[in-house]
Amino acid sequence: MSLNRLIPLLVLLLGALYLGGSLLPRHASSAFDLDAFGRLPVLANGRVKPLDSVARNSLLLLQGRQDFTAPDGQSLPPVRWLLDVFFRPEIADTYQHFAIVHPDLLDLFGLKPDDGAGKKRFSYKQLTPHLEELDRQATLAESVEAPVRSAYQRAVLNLRDHVILYQQLKHSLTMPDGSDFVGTLTYLQDNLAAAIGAVRAREAHQPYDEKLVTFLLETGENFTRMEQIGSLLAIPPQSAGADLAGWRKTGRALMETFQTGTVDPYALTYAGLAHAWRLQQPEPFNTILKLYRDGLVKTLPTLLVKTDAEVAFNTAAPFYNSLYLYVLAFLLAVFSWLKWPGVLQNSAFGLVLLAWVATTAGILTRMWLEGRPPVTNLYSSALFVGWGSVALCLVLERIYKNGIGSVAGGLIGFCTLLIAHHLSLTGDTLEMMRAVLDSNFWLATHVVVVTTGYAATFLAGFLAIVYVVRGVFTRSLDKTTADALVRMVYGIVCFATLFSLVGTILGGIWADQSWGRFWGWDPKENGALIIVIWNALILHARWGGLVRQRGLMALALFGNIVTSWSWFGTNMLGVGLHSYGFMDAAFWWLIAFVASQLALIALANLPIIRWRSSAALAR
Amino acid sequence: MRDLWDSFVKFFVSLQLTVVLLALSIILIFAATLDQVHLGVWAVQEKYFRTFFVLWNVKGFPVPVFPGGYFIGGLLLLNLVTAHVCRFKLSWKKSGILLTHAGLILLLVGELLTGLWQEEFQMRLDEGQTRNYAESYRANELAIVNATDPNWDEVVAVPEKRLASDEPLQHAKLPFRVMTRAYYPNATVQMRDQLANAPAAPATRDIGARLALFPMAVTYKQDERNFPAAVIELVGPEGSLGTWLVSTMLIEPQTFDYAGKTWRLALRFKRNYQPYSLTLLKFSHDRYPGTDIPKNFSSKIHLRTADGGTDRDVLIYMNNPLRFAGRTFYQAGFDNNDRTTVLQVVRNPSWLLPYVACAMMGLGLVLQFGLHLLGFFAKRRQTT
Repeated sequence: MSLNRLIPLLVLLLGALYLGGSLLPRHASSAFDLDAFGRLPVLANGRVKPLDSVARNSLLLLQGRQDFTAPDGQSLPPVRWLLDVFFRPEIADTYQHFAIVHPDLLDLFGLKPDDGAGKKRFSYKQLTPHLEELDRQATLAESVEAPVRSAYQRAVLNLRDHVILYQQLKHSLTMPDGSDFVGTLTYLQDNLAAAIGAVRAREAHQPYDEKLVTFLLETGENFTRMEQIGSLLAIPPQSAGADLAGWRKTGRALMETFQTGTVDPYALTYAGLAHAWRLQQPEPFNTILKLYRDGLVKTLPTLLVKTDAEVAFNTAAPFYNSLYLYVLAFLLAVFSWLKWPGVLQNSAFGLVLLAWVATTAGILTRMWLEGRPPVTNLYSSALFVGWGSVALCLVLERIYKNGIGSVAGGLIGFCTLLIAHHLSLTGDTLEMMRAVLDSNFWLATHVVVVTTGYAATFLAGFLAIVYVVRGVFTRSLDKTTADALVRMVYGIVCFATLFSLVGTILGGIWADQSWGRFWGWDPKENGALIIVIWNALILHARWGGLVRQRGLMALALFGNIVTSWSWFGTNMLGVGLHSYGFMDAAFWWLIAFVASQLALIALANLPIIRWRSSAALAR
Repeated sequence: MRDLWDSFVKFFVSLQLTVVLLALSIILIFAATLDQVHLGVWAVQEKYFRTFFVLWNVKGFPVPVFPGGYFIGGLLLLNLVTAHVCRFKLSWKKSGILLTHAGLILLLVGELLTGLWQEEFQMRLDEGQTRNYAESYRANELAIVNATDPNWDEVVAVPEKRLASDEPLQHAKLPFRVMTRAYYPNATVQMRDQLANAPAAPATRDIGARLALFPMAVTYKQDERNFPAAVIELVGPEGSLGTWLVSTMLIEPQTFDYAGKTWRLALRFKRNYQPYSLTLLKFSHDRYPGTDIPKNFSSKIHLRTADGGTDRDVLIYMNNPLRFAGRTFYQAGFDNNDRTTVLQVVRNPSWLLPYVACAMMGLGLVLQFGLHLLGFFAKRRQTT
């Protein structure tokens, strides 16, 4: 076998090993079966998910990242962090996981950046003295309409919500007062009849056992608190085949003790886990977990398959890891235009293909977990735009074999996954669909088709970037390459026109089906329409001979601006033009992107003599 | 002369014109989208799309600053039609383009017809309530009802526009003239005895004497409606009967006796009666378990025509409207602690056109680009 084939194969193998390696545990092994705990199912935000996902999404919300470092410098897996929040709140209270950046908000708590981990993360204990003031500020901020809230007001509300989220987690499984919860529950179980008798006796003004009455009232109060504050529906239905309505909060299940006369066994299980975790005894912890899991396998076998898969999906992080593969592929393909074209282009193609397969698997897993078509929110649209563009790039590279497809694919794959990564910081990306959008048929047709249109329009624009950058800054853009790029851009624009047009009209038909109005001129609809018109304009300008090679590239570059505005700009309008919300980081990125594209358009319009490839192009 | 005509035709069939018009339409839509933040979607449609020119107010004078939707759309249509008429040639190669553009023309015509023919109404039903009429979203009417006979009503309905004019209104069925003393396109009312220093009562008769009236700014927001009010004076042959305050905020009509007959007076949302009735049996608002995220809204409705030919239960829910007798009933909202449903009722005889247009355009583009692609591969095979 020649080196031209061997090296690309080796690169592919290394890439596959890298992806496979991400499935292995990253953290030091523990005597506790953390993995089994992370795989326990709970119902939260309308869907059954593993505790592992709860831990990761909570950390993302609180501090913008999944990695957590304990005060002693030890890096903890998300589930390990969640265990402390659940069962050792007095320790979790010292964990610095509340991200606060706004200086005015720090002043409110009398904190300085230096007081926090990484100069921006603070613990519940540090916030405690001023929580009432936070609540007051939040009430003030809430009276302002969402679109016109200032950055400070939004920061206040965010932090208030995060504190609530933390409290909800703490109250989800046990009473977070540091008491011996399992002891309380067993005592309740043994003395329930006597205690109820004592309460009745007191009501009848007869002699009664005061200690028992106090115990019963206090326990009842605690259960009510847990039901009111706790957020996770952690107690599954006890019979097989029951629907989601059978899930209950721990507090609710414990309240039922007073009717049924027995403490719910699942609630008792979590209390037992709490006990073992508090005393840091791995053996009972693992035994209880195993017993619980064995019980669940009998009643909820299909659900467990999904939650287990979700944990594997979380660990594998296919999108995050593909990000690196795309960068590498991009670099190899760019370098191939300078040296060793055969080896590097084959290697780059292999890596793009590998990353694309990994993202495909990731998207399919998400679809299966959710029971939905691929695009359901902005996050998944970023994934899908990247996926669609890269798929087209792979086709182009197969046809032309000149590295251009790999460069564009690597770049677009990287950019879209980076965007997706930042969009995922807002919490669980597998959201429930609101009633209006709850239609798999239209999600599968309109949304998928129109998102493919976005992807193709972007691809045309990125190919134009390749053309302009290579033409202006290098001598490598010869006539053959230039002609090939023109054919690619033209073909992709045709493809984009078809999909954006059909997708937009399908959207109109959906609106007609749902609201009785085919076209409503709302920002998102207008954005899609502008993309269609822009693509049509490119085609007509080309057919009319109004533009040639470089003109076509300039138009395709402007397509990037049009598409990015339709994709994100229209969403920012909703946030409000008047507010500081408009100053959000995403907005500046959009501005920067638009500026960069305008600069490229200017470059495209430089006199040909100023292009370093002018000689090569003339040949 | 011939040259002039030729260059005239050349201008209208040119692709340059197409490109310029497409560019202008993009600017128009972009500006309209940004302006929505201030104006709301309805006003934007009037200002940018349903007009020949976008007008700006410069020192009180409307100045046209940009071609509007009718202008650009009309020219595009002209450009498209003339180009096809002048260059028409039936061939396989052109068939895709032809089909796409025919679809586009159909889509634009369909939108025009929709704009002309479509009527939208709303129907609010409490659980157990039956109604045989829908109410307009934006139009209102003054209903003067002769309710003397307990078995039937005789209604004279005055459109809001007529009510807003100063001219007195006389009608053969009415023994009095109706004079508008004041008209407010949007206003709210409050009981005077609940206010600390209430303004003078706007009217002398009935509840108007106990109310205070507060004019409000006209709203253009999509999810809000204006509540017009008016002070009207009824004048009989022997002089004024007094003034009444009518407002769409007042749900109960005001009753009085005159000339031996009983009359009812109400400013209400314009009604559209139908020869069938809907009864709300049950409204359901499902949420995802353990959350407040709405999963589905549905209305169980009993549908009955006046002649009894149709008498059945239907379920209307999100993305599943009821199409009946040329009207479509959509689940639009709910109210009153989930005991009232709000249905949107749309009559649009041309609703099928976009579907046909979509199919034609999709097919046309597939054909066109498919032929391109086949040609491309054939050429590559030859060269390699």
